[in-house]
Amino acid sequence: MSSAVPVPRPGPFRPAPGPAADEGLARRLRALACTAPLHDLDARKVNLAGEYGTYAMAEVALAAIDLVTLQMDFDTGADHEDVVSRLLPRVAAQAPGRPAAEHERVARWVLENLINVGSVDRGFRAVYGTFGPDGGYVRRDYDFKLVEEVPGPGGRVYLRTTDEAVNVLVGALDTDVTSAQIAAEVKLEVLVSRGRLADAQLAAEQARYRTVQYAETLRRTLEATRRDVRAVDWLHTVPDLIDEALDHVADRYRHENAILTNIRRARDETGEDKHPDHKLRAAELVDIVKDCIRRHTQLQSRLLEAGPLFRAEQDRQAFAPPAARVGLDLYGQLLAPLLPEPLERAARVTDAFFAAGSGLRTPAAVRLSDLTDLLLTPPAPREHLGAEMPEPDLVATPDDSRFSEEQFAAAHELLRLPPDAPRRLSGLLADARRRDPELPYLVALLAVHAASPPVGTAYRQGERQLLFAVDDGTELSDEGFGGADLIVGTALLDAASMAAARSEAAS
Amino acid sequence: MTDTGTEAAPRGTQDGPAALTPADAADAARLVAFGLQPKLVPARDADYAELLRRHRDDPGFARLTDAVAAGLGLIVLEVSARAGMAVTAAEDSVFAVRMGDYARRAATDATDRFLHGLAHLAVAALAFPRPEDLADDGYIGRVSVNGVDAFVRQTCRRLEERAEEQGENTDPATDAPGLEAAWRVYARRSATGATKDARRLAGSTTGIVGKAVAFLVDSGFLQRTGDESGGTFRTTARYQLQVRDMAGGAALTELLELGVVPVSDGTGTLLPPAGDPEAELADGAGLPFHS
Repeated sequence: MSSAVPVPRPGPFRPAPGPAADEGLARRLRALACTAPLHDLDARKVNLAGEYGTYAMAEVALAAIDLVTLQMDFDTGADHEDVVSRLLPRVAAQAPGRPAAEHERVARWVLENLINVGSVDRGFRAVYGTFGPDGGYVRRDYDFKLVEEVPGPGGRVYLRTTDEAVNVLVGALDTDVTSAQIAAEVKLEVLVSRGRLADAQLAAEQARYRTVQYAETLRRTLEATRRDVRAVDWLHTVPDLIDEALDHVADRYRHENAILTNIRRARDETGEDKHPDHKLRAAELVDIVKDCIRRHTQLQSRLLEAGPLFRAEQDRQAFAPPAARVGLDLYGQLLAPLLPEPLERAARVTDAFFAAGSGLRTPAAVRLSDLTDLLLTPPAPREHLGAEMPEPDLVATPDDSRFSEEQFAAAHELLRLPPDAPRRLSGLLADARRRDPELPYLVALLAVHAASPPVGTAYRQGERQLLFAVDDGTELSDEGFGGADLIVGTALLDAASMAAARSEAAS
Repeated sequence: MTDTGTEAAPRGTQDGPAALTPADAADAARLVAFGLQPKLVPARDADYAELLRRHRDDPGFARLTDAVAAGLGLIVLEVSARAGMAVTAAEDSVFAVRMGDYARRAATDATDRFLHGLAHLAVAALAFPRPEDLADDGYIGRVSVNGVDAFVRQTCRRLEERAEEQGENTDPATDAPGLEAAWRVYARRSATGATKDARRLAGSTTGIVGKAVAFLVDSGFLQRTGDESGGTFRTTARYQLQVRDMAGGAALTELLELGVVPVSDGTGTLLPPAGDPEAELADGAGLPFHS
C-alpha cells in the first residue's frame, strides 16, 4: 500500500501521500461534479430561444430536487406533472410579468435537464484523475444521475432523486458554510480519518482554548454581576452569551464524544510496529478531548447557575432600600481620576489614602528590665506531652472468643493449599477432626466465608493470593455438617497487572 | 467587675466627670484597649460586650471613653456591637502607621511608595464598588488579590488605549521620572514573578496587593475566606468605617488640592455604556463587555 509515488510534486512538503489522500480528493471531485448540472443550467439558459435571463435556474432545480425527494417513498416516486405544477409558483415569482406558458416551459426545461433527457443514458458524466497505487496517473469517468425515472405501479413512470442528488444537493449543501466551528470540526474529522494526528492535536487544543475562553468570559461576567448588577447587560448581552455558550456546549459535547470514539478507535487500531508515534499522538488527543469534555461539563453547570445568581444579586442590590447617605464613589471619584495624573501628584493622593486608611498599629514598647529578664532567662523546657494523664483503671474483659489462637493457626495451616491443588471440604474436615475435635467448625466457617471471597479488598490491598470456595453441586457427607461439599482452593492474583489497572483507572 | 453605682449619679444627669470614679476611668481605658485590638470581635468577649453596652447606655462613661481615646491620639469612628470600639490613629499619633515602616523600599523609592498606596486604594475601590455599598452599613464586600490586580490593570489598559488614540507619547522624559503617568507605573510593573521559594514576588503587583490585604487582615479590616484567586477576603464593618469616614475623605481632599475635581451625581460609575457601546464611561473595570 505504501509504495513510493514516483511522480514528483512541487514543494518540499507533500501532505499525506498515497491513495488515502487521493481517495478523499476523488470523493470530493465526485461530489463537486454533482453540482455541475445545476451550474450548467444557468450557463445554458442563454441558448434557449427567448429571453430567459431573469430566471434563476439553479434555484428552480434545487427546488425541484427537494420536491421530488420529499414525495419519494419506498415504492413510488414523484409524478412528473405534479412536480412541474408545484414548481410553477416559484418560477412565476421570479418573472411575474411573463406569460404562464413561459413559466411552464421553464419548469419543464429544468426538470428535463435534471433528468438529462437529451442524452442516451439520461445521466451525466464527469472526468477526474487520480494516482493509482503504482503511481500512475489515471483518468476516470464518473457517471451519475440526479433525477431518474422509475417504473411505478400501473405502468406509470415516476421520478426519484438518486443517492448522489440526495447526498450532495440535499444533504451536503445544506450547511452553514460561514461557520468557523463547523469548519474546524470537519477539519479535525478529516485529519483524524486520514491519520494526520499531529494537526488534529493542534486543532483539538485550539478547540479547548475556545472552551476555556467561554468559561473565563462567563466567570468574569458573574464576578462583575456579584459586584454590581448594572455593570453587566443582563437584558441582551449576557442572555445571548449564555444561549450561545449552552449551544456551544451541547454541540461540542455531542461532537467531541464522536471524535473521542473515532480517535479511540484510531488509537487502538493503529499498528504498534507501523506508527508508534501515531498511537502516542492519538492517545494524547484522547486526553485533550477528554479534558475538553470535562471543561464543557463545568461550563454547563456554571451556565445553569448564572440565572439564579443574577436574580439573587438583583434582589440584593436593586431591591434593597437605598442607603440614606450617599457614599463616596471610590472608583469614579478617586481611582479613575488619579491614574492619568503624573506619578508625583498621584502619590500624594495615595499617601493620603494610606495614612488615613491603614488603621492603627500598637507600637511595641520594651522595658529594659523586662528585656534583661527575657534575655537572661534560660529557655524553659517545652512541655511536649502536656499534663500528666491519670492512670486508667483497666478491667480485664474475659476472653470469650470461640476459638483459640492455636486453633486459628492450625486452621490456616490446613487451608494453606497450593494453588494448583484445590481440595474438597470433606477431606479438610476429616483432617481437621484428626487434630482437634473443635477445629472442623472453624474450618467449615472459613470455607463458607471463602465462598464469597473479598476480591475487591484483596485487589485494593494488592494481595498476592486469595482463598476461594466453589460449589459444584456435590453433597457433603460428614458426621457434623451438611450442605454442599465445597471445593476449596487458593487463587493467585496478578499483583502487577492489578497495580497497572489501578493506575489506569485512576488516571 | 465594674463599680458603677456607688458614687455615680443617676444616668443622664449633667454632673460632669466629678461623678466618675477612678474605677470608671480604668473601665474606659479598658474599652479603648479593646478597641486597640482590631481583630477582637465583641460577640466573642463578654467583658468587651458589657463595656460596649455601658458606653451606649451611660453618656458619662461614653464621654470619658472618648476623652481617653482622644488623649491617646485616637479617633473614635463608631462604638457599636457590630464594629466594637472602632478607633483609628490620628495623624502623628504613636499608633499611626508610616509608609516607611510598612514597606522598607517605599521609604526611598517614590514608585514603590505610590504602588503600595495605590494597592490600598484599589482594594477599597473593589471592595466597595458602588457608592451605596460604602454607605450601606450591612454591605460586605469581597475582594481577591488577583481580582484587584486585574481590575487596576484593565483600567490602565483603557488609559493606554486612550493615549494611543490621541497620539500621545507617554514615555516620560529621562530626567523627570516623577512626571510619568501613574497608570504607566502600574502597567510597567510585572504582575507576578518566579521566586526561589514558591512565594509571591514581593515587588510584583500581585505581591504588593497581597501585602496590602495581609496588612488589612492584621488590622481587622478584612477576613480571609479562601485561597482561590491569590486569596479571597471579605470586608469587616471596621474597614467600611475607616474607608468611608477617614481614608476616602482624606484622599479626595488631596485630589481636590491638586486641582482635579471629580464630579459625581451619587450613582456608581461602574455602569454599562448607555446607547453608544464605545462610550468612555464605565472604563471596563475588569468587566468583560467593555474590553
